Amino acid sequence: MKRTLRPRAWLQPALVTGAVLPAVGLGVEAAMGRLGANPIAEALNACGLMALVLLVASLACTPVRALTGVAWIQPLRRTFGLLGFGYAALHLVIYAGLDQGLALKAIVTDVLKRPFITVGMLAFALMVPLAWTSTKAQIAKLGGARWRRLHKLAYVIAPLGVVHFVLRVKKDLSEPLAYGAVVALVLGVRAVLWLRKRSAAKSGLEAA
Amino acid sequence: MARLPPEPPSSEITPEALYSGRREFLKNTALFVGTSAALGGGLWTLARHGSRADPPPPVAEVPPLPIGSASAPGAASAAVVKGPYSTDEEQTPFRDVTTYNNYYELGLDKSDPALNAETLRARPWTVTIEGEVKKPVTLDIDTLISWFSLEERVYRMRCVETWSMVIPWLGFPLAELVKRAEPTGNAKYVAFQTLYDPRQLPGQKSSVLDWPYVEGLRIDEATNPLTMLAVGLYGKSLPGQNGAPLRLVVPWKYGFKGIKSIVKIRFVEKEPAATWNQAAGNEYGFYANVNPEVDHPRWSQATERRIGELTRRKTLMFNGYAEQVAGLYTGMDLRKAY
Repeated sequence: MKRTLRPRAWLQPALVTGAVLPAVGLGVEAAMGRLGANPIAEALNACGLMALVLLVASLACTPVRALTGVAWIQPLRRTFGLLGFGYAALHLVIYAGLDQGLALKAIVTDVLKRPFITVGMLAFALMVPLAWTSTKAQIAKLGGARWRRLHKLAYVIAPLGVVHFVLRVKKDLSEPLAYGAVVALVLGVRAVLWLRKRSAAKSGLEAA
Repeated sequence: MARLPPEPPSSEITPEALYSGRREFLKNTALFVGTSAALGGGLWTLARHGSRADPPPPVAEVPPLPIGSASAPGAASAAVVKGPYSTDEEQTPFRDVTTYNNYYELGLDKSDPALNAETLRARPWTVTIEGEVKKPVTLDIDTLISWFSLEERVYRMRCVETWSMVIPWLGFPLAELVKRAEPTGNAKYVAFQTLYDPRQLPGQKSSVLDWPYVEGLRIDEATNPLTMLAVGLYGKSLPGQNGAPLRLVVPWKYGFKGIKSIVKIRFVEKEPAATWNQAAGNEYGFYANVNPEVDHPRWSQATERRIGELTRRKTLMFNGYAEQVAGLYTGMDLRKAY
């Protein structure tokens, strides 16, 4: 009989705890007045950046599993994805609620007129259905094939996040471009894997 | 000879399964703590790299102004005249004014300049006044300062990034310097240049902007009574991060016009090539007048966050100085001459 994998029961709670800690840290620092002269901008930027990092981590799971063969990495895709969505939501709440003070007109104008906000909002809008369909019940309801097709959106969302970052930077592009490079690498590995799988399937068909 | 203690009764010996279960538990706890700390710490480092929690409070390190040491030793700030045009709005705390700075020569993050400013040596310092003037001169900063009586002016400062402060500057009207330099009829603009010395201003090693930083004003803007050269703030000499020892303050323009650590003031006939204008002319105009109706291509300029306040406030035309400066721009299309 095949040996079952170790359950690693600690892993998911550890990732959730680890990812929530910085949000708690930001709250504590804000309360203590330690977020600097412009705490809203500081918290806004920190949440946006962490959202991007977690989304990239989510996107990296499949290539890393494929390259290393470590199977337990695969389910972390969902964990990282949802945590990234959480920070993106926090980022949006800080922008709309604290930065703009819920001034709806200003927000709508921003979304329509400012490309970096348009792109950011689009990325968030695309994340909502993915978060919504992340439960087992939803996967079953949609069926594996449709679910997988829908969740290919993740490959659009992360680049949108990078574009959002690039467009808002004043001059020094090195940081957003570094994230862009990581996203490109992850997507590149994925593309190579996909091409290889396809040609394998093709030759398999020809052989049959 | 020492005797071994008696063996514990077998009832007290931990069963093997429990013993290894405890090891498992400890191991899992360690893995949990390690993993969450690594992820949390990693995210924190990436997200907050620009803002180490405790920028050194610069208060103690900022020396009092050396000026007035001849006339009124040790009482420089007491000798300062209260200047006109001051706002009575609440002043931004000294700590915020001196730890939240855009000064790329000392680092790209807002908290960097305060942390890196010690490499900038504000003395000895010479300033060159040249170009279309009858009296070109290179002189020591303290000699230059001794030419004028210093006044304190509390001005609004509006950054192009939509935040603002209220700062009590110490300095003198640029108009007085212009008068002393005796510009020729060809002097239509005044160009300013920051020190170029990558050892003192290590940000100049990076190519994020073209160094040295250059800014300019039309001669009538330069001689407007609002325009000043600052040598201090909050009654102390300028900290490095705020542009020691000499910087431009033009309160109706976006903050990037306020060039820091000036070594050269040149009177010229043609519009000078200002640094941000050269770097991104569609976003940063030569005039850069604060104008709530003319948006930055990527964000609105209609509102601003006053540092220390939670809600945004409406941005005022010419940053609230329209009465003094609107006349400089009559007949100009401010959407084009942004």
